[in-house]
Amino acid sequence: MLINHPLLGPRDASEFVYKGDAALINRPDPDAPDALEQFIDYGYLRDNPAGAHRELWFHEQGDRSWLVVTRNTLTHEITSVELARDVARREGRSK
Amino acid sequence: MTQVNRLAGGLIDRSRTISFRFDDKWMKGHPGDTLASALLANGVRLMGRSFKYHRPRGPLSAGSEEPNAIVELRDGARREPNTRATTAELFDGLTAQSQNRWPSLAFDALAINDRLSNFFAAGFYYKTFMWPAAFWEKLYEPIIRRAAGLGSLSLQADPDSYDKGYLHCDLLIIGAGPAGLAAALTAGESGLNVILADEDSLPGGRLNAETFGLGQQSGSDWAAEATERLAALPNVRLMTRTTVLGAFDHGIYGALERVSDHLPVPPEGKPRQILWRIYSRRAILAAGATERPIVFENNDRPGIMLAGSLRAYANRWAATPAPEIAVFTNNDDGHRTAQDLKAKGVTVAAVIDTRPDAPKGNGYEVIAGGTVTNTSGRLGLTKIEVTDARGTRRTIRCGALGVSGGWNPNVSLTCHQRGRPTWDADIHAFVPGGTLPEGMVVVGAANGRFSNHTALTSGADAAAQIATELGHSATRPDLPQAEDTPLALTPFWHVKGAKRAWVDQQNDVTAKDVKLAHQENFVSVEHLKRYTTLGMATDQGKTSNTAGLAIMAEVAGKSIPEVGTTMFRPPYTPTAIGAFAGRARGKDFRPTRKTLSHFWAEEQGAVFVEVGMWLRAQWFPRAGETHWRQSVDREVLQTRRSVGICDVTTLGKIDVQGADAAAFLNKIYCNAFAKLPVGRVRYGLMLREDGIAMDDGTAARLAEDHFVVTTTTANAVTVYRHMEFVRQCLCPDMDVQLISTTEAWAQYSVAGPNARKLLQKVVDPEFDISNEGFPYMACGEITVCGGLPARLFRISFSGELAYEIAVPTRYGDAMIRRLMEAGREFDVVAYGTEALGVMRIEKGHAAGNELNGTTTALNLGMGKIVSANKDSIGAVLSRREGLNAPDALRLVGLRPVDRSKPVPAGAHLMTRGSPVDAAHDQGYVTSACYSPNLGHSIALAFLKSGDTRMGEILRLVSPLTGVEHDVEVVSAHFVDPEGERLRA
Amino acid sequence: MRYSGFKVIKEALTGHRGWGPAWRDAAPQSSYDYVIIGGGGHGLATAYYLAKEFKQARIAVLEKGWIGGGNVGRNTTIIRSNYLLDGNEPFYEFSLKLWEGLEQDLNYNAMVSQRGILNLIHTDAQRDAFIRRGNAMMLNGADADLLTTAQIVARYPFLNVNDARFPIKGGLAQHRGGTVRHDAVAWGYARAADQRGVDIIQNCEVTGFRIENGTCIGVETSRGFIGAKKVGACVAGSSSRLMSHAGMRLPIESHVLQAFVSEGLKPVLPGVITFGAGHFYCSQSDKGGLVFGGDIDGYNSYAQRGNLPVVEDVCEGGMAIFPMIGRARLLRMWGGIMDMSMDGSPIIDRTHIGGLYFNGGWCYGGFKATPASGFAYAHLLATDKPHPTATAYRFDRFAKGLMIDEKGMGNQPNLH
Repeated sequence: MLINHPLLGPRDASEFVYKGDAALINRPDPDAPDALEQFIDYGYLRDNPAGAHRELWFHEQGDRSWLVVTRNTLTHEITSVELARDVARREGRSK
Repeated sequence: MTQVNRLAGGLIDRSRTISFRFDDKWMKGHPGDTLASALLANGVRLMGRSFKYHRPRGPLSAGSEEPNAIVELRDGARREPNTRATTAELFDGLTAQSQNRWPSLAFDALAINDRLSNFFAAGFYYKTFMWPAAFWEKLYEPIIRRAAGLGSLSLQADPDSYDKGYLHCDLLIIGAGPAGLAAALTAGESGLNVILADEDSLPGGRLNAETFGLGQQSGSDWAAEATERLAALPNVRLMTRTTVLGAFDHGIYGALERVSDHLPVPPEGKPRQILWRIYSRRAILAAGATERPIVFENNDRPGIMLAGSLRAYANRWAATPAPEIAVFTNNDDGHRTAQDLKAKGVTVAAVIDTRPDAPKGNGYEVIAGGTVTNTSGRLGLTKIEVTDARGTRRTIRCGALGVSGGWNPNVSLTCHQRGRPTWDADIHAFVPGGTLPEGMVVVGAANGRFSNHTALTSGADAAAQIATELGHSATRPDLPQAEDTPLALTPFWHVKGAKRAWVDQQNDVTAKDVKLAHQENFVSVEHLKRYTTLGMATDQGKTSNTAGLAIMAEVAGKSIPEVGTTMFRPPYTPTAIGAFAGRARGKDFRPTRKTLSHFWAEEQGAVFVEVGMWLRAQWFPRAGETHWRQSVDREVLQTRRSVGICDVTTLGKIDVQGADAAAFLNKIYCNAFAKLPVGRVRYGLMLREDGIAMDDGTAARLAEDHFVVTTTTANAVTVYRHMEFVRQCLCPDMDVQLISTTEAWAQYSVAGPNARKLLQKVVDPEFDISNEGFPYMACGEITVCGGLPARLFRISFSGELAYEIAVPTRYGDAMIRRLMEAGREFDVVAYGTEALGVMRIEKGHAAGNELNGTTTALNLGMGKIVSANKDSIGAVLSRREGLNAPDALRLVGLRPVDRSKPVPAGAHLMTRGSPVDAAHDQGYVTSACYSPNLGHSIALAFLKSGDTRMGEILRLVSPLTGVEHDVEVVSAHFVDPEGERLRA
Repeated sequence: MRYSGFKVIKEALTGHRGWGPAWRDAAPQSSYDYVIIGGGGHGLATAYYLAKEFKQARIAVLEKGWIGGGNVGRNTTIIRSNYLLDGNEPFYEFSLKLWEGLEQDLNYNAMVSQRGILNLIHTDAQRDAFIRRGNAMMLNGADADLLTTAQIVARYPFLNVNDARFPIKGGLAQHRGGTVRHDAVAWGYARAADQRGVDIIQNCEVTGFRIENGTCIGVETSRGFIGAKKVGACVAGSSSRLMSHAGMRLPIESHVLQAFVSEGLKPVLPGVITFGAGHFYCSQSDKGGLVFGGDIDGYNSYAQRGNLPVVEDVCEGGMAIFPMIGRARLLRMWGGIMDMSMDGSPIIDRTHIGGLYFNGGWCYGGFKATPASGFAYAHLLATDKPHPTATAYRFDRFAKGLMIDEKGMGNQPNLH
């Protein structure tokens, strides 16, 4: 596979390390009253879709960016690649 | 033996004669021959035995689809089982052996199976050999295994090397027949960066096997000229002997180039083969088509071949299997074989055409509406029985029979992703269908368009279209006039009533087997394949699948596409495992990382041990020491008595900088870090988000905004990855930067009562490293040896007064030498990982064996350090009830009740008097060693409620190693439990 | 019809006219007591044991394609019970015992071949871990044997010991481990279940669950609604897709695992061997092919195919220990979709929906589990209680922190 790195252009997927669903960006609030339940869902339940999947890849043999790749799990077609940091900020994460 | 069946002409080099051996016979051939063509020219038709019935077999084809003529090529360590004689290029001195026969090819004892074939129907083995149960492994299976298999491996290491390479192109063209050449000329002259790959040594594809003219030239001359034109284009890379083996995601193709297989041995410095990974923007599949046989009684005898292959042997290789041939066809193409061979002086006994309206013969007899209903000749065809349209039988003498049931487009690469071939009722064959690999276009015969004219034009059209799409102005070459004969074929799959009629010749699947599969409800194509093994042989059913489907369709009363479709998986042709491995074998299987003291340690005669990719000194034997324990005990005792030095460079080092560095570490570590003063080090435990311990180490604060984090050797990479995840994905606005500096610093542990005295000789005098000026857990940036920048950490894994000193990598070798020299007056000792391990067990420090990915801070005896006052990774999930059970495992120490006994790691613990079984398991030993300080073995263990069981005597059991005795639960801190030494 | 050597001979002499269908192609009835979704090894085994052990009468297996077409027909055929943890080992040992009597039980020769499995040891820490594991196996009543390098070399004289990047320091063997002809497992269970009246319905895809008042009363299928008192999902890599119809999210990701077979070769490998310093394991089939594999590709996928880097990685592992296979040719590569769970261990449990049960999360260890999985699932479906060897395979183990994590890799499925 090829991942079109937003800064570096197309790179072979073997330069990257895969983590999983990009929902892992949405770490729950540890101070919420139901934090434990939320963390259990966050830690263990996955949509695991057959189709478009937003997922985290780390450019370990490269610039060490975490990327959010939108890839179809049926066809492996990649439709978007973003820096995870940008996605995280957009989704409201800060410090 | 002379070349009795050598014809005139051909594309072989008759100016040279070369020798080769098949079994025990030496024969002659010419450069340009394949092993099969040379054998045929020498009058040899029998080249192999079939898998199950050991039927005598000769070549069916003249290419990589060959199911029958497979041999063991070469001798000794280079022996290559299952090599197709039809693609093995002849070289002087080539040797080959027939395989899967005993004692000889002509007389094979297991041919008895053929006589017993009624007992060996499809799937018979699923129905028997069940009683008694123990007989399977002892009797039945060994017999089956010995009989099965094809060729044999040499059992010697492959002496040749393999390379890997990476290529990028605008357009990959697969197949250099007329379509591929036309596409390459178009794309090349339009300025695209083109790779043209073909499995053959000679570009041209079928043009080299046929007598068609292209324009005023012969097909092979046109191909040669086109090849020359391409060679002149710098933007075209022509790769012959290169099989594109698989279509992978995003336009990536795998290809195997056979660099040296046509030579006796690879030239000096050259690999045998190269596995290429080709990154293409677009691809044109011009892989041509494969002829398919007709199924009839005894259709597998040596001499019965595909009609087009007979032509190929005659036209390209000037060879014929026999001086007298016949043809059995359901289409006009078969007649070409008769014409071409007749033109070469071969006698054409008859053309049997299944069509009542067959064309007239041109100087040979045509039996219209006839079929071949049987054949004779055990080791080679002698005659065929023909039944004509009126049902009259007659016998025709011939030594070879060309069979043509039509042509199947080579759709293989179109199926490697999501493509599913569809049935084209016009040409009675599967054509590319479904979703093709991204960027792939199929042209010519591979797309079901069989004439040379359409091959040329469709290739050129596709290339022009791609050139335009990629922003080039398409230049179309002048293409020659070419034949454009329409396909004239009436489907005919098998001769009805045939009893022993082969569908898959290599795996010995007959028409009867297909019918039996139907009878037993193995109807879907996948069930058919798996039950009968149809198409599972080394040819992936290239010549057999369609006929199998057709027969199943007939007995099931369905159409062929209703039964299913033919699918192919990578690789296109079987590919040497060595090629996929490339250079990664032996010591080069994985890179070797060496520390900066490696060469010095080698000089000291150190024994090294693999730690991940690293090599570390395990111990340093001295003269007179005959057992490793002697060396290790000495290193431990000398360190604890005076001072020892150990290379700890392999520990991961991560530089953390930025205004939010402290807040970041506070998030990463489960214990508190925010208030760590500058100039101090703290032990840190990292949890995974699931609350399990991930890694431990230290973080040293060199400045308000600068920390140095250490990790274990094993987790250096994963911890860094994890920290970047937290930084980029969870805390994107934190002002913090990370970089791994593991390779940037050489780091040594200097441990023992004299550690300070030793270091004072190395550290520049303006730095106070006295106990007051540089207390336990201090850190700082210093200079050594007169101005060399270094970092000093007062941390201890051994439990002694200890420091770790880091210098820039390039000074690593000098530093170990300087330290050892400075330590001479203190009787300094270099210690390796074994002594390091002994001392950390004596001190009760957890390491990899304890941080095994299932243990929590609580298990490790550090439950209290998980801060409840802050959010850190893993804190929430570490609070789950199952991780905090009252009887949770706790880290304890163990010592043997009988002090002479070992306490081996991996042993389990039982309460004394309880049954010894899993239900009563109390825990297990994680790390163990002999403690030279205590004079007996000690161990660390995880024990249920271990913190409350000090002094209890347990039963230690290791049934695997035959150990069982009593041990006592003690504190894990065997040496200096109060920590006085490390604060000295 | 019973299969036997006598019957084979009789049919051989009479033209094989007497063989009937191995199983009937049943048409769906309007309702069943039990509907098993998924005609793979586990689903067919479940139906068989439901019919045989628990005497349940009206049972159907629904298969969207053709039976045995998923992972039971795509794996590397290994059976073993060399697990470390108490949540797993009794279950896999139960499975191995069922394998040992399977053929006589099913009257089908699935070629259960106990030629042994060997895990190579490369480091001292690995030896410690394998000794712990071997002891755990023996304490659970399984067999284990710690071999020296010399003993291993005697069995595998062509093993690369002298030029190895990672030294071979012995191995943990389970002599009762081995291989089974994988397709035959599906067919054998199908035939035996069919003979006990189970309806095997192919080309019948479940498209939804009919749930009323929190209870599942049947399934919507491509061949219409089929009512059921109890519905058991058993669809491996398709688990998340299927259970999403019931509104469930699972602790599972679907990943592709590739497998490989070489051309047929005369026998060289006695049993199964695994190389842990690389990613490679290998056995040789009765037909002579080297059957081998390694790691999953590592990214979520429902495509039954992988990519080149893993192919190369696996072959590198092969050449590292067996440099004599360099000239053997890889014949075919293929992929299967693994239901990778969050701790690497499976789930056999009720769901929060009445009448709806779940079996999945087998990662790439599902084949060896086939008999016990079927048996335990049948037990759960019939009695609403977990089988004694499968009590740990609960959904709520993640919420409770009772993970069964053999490899210690945590909640990242592609690492298990």
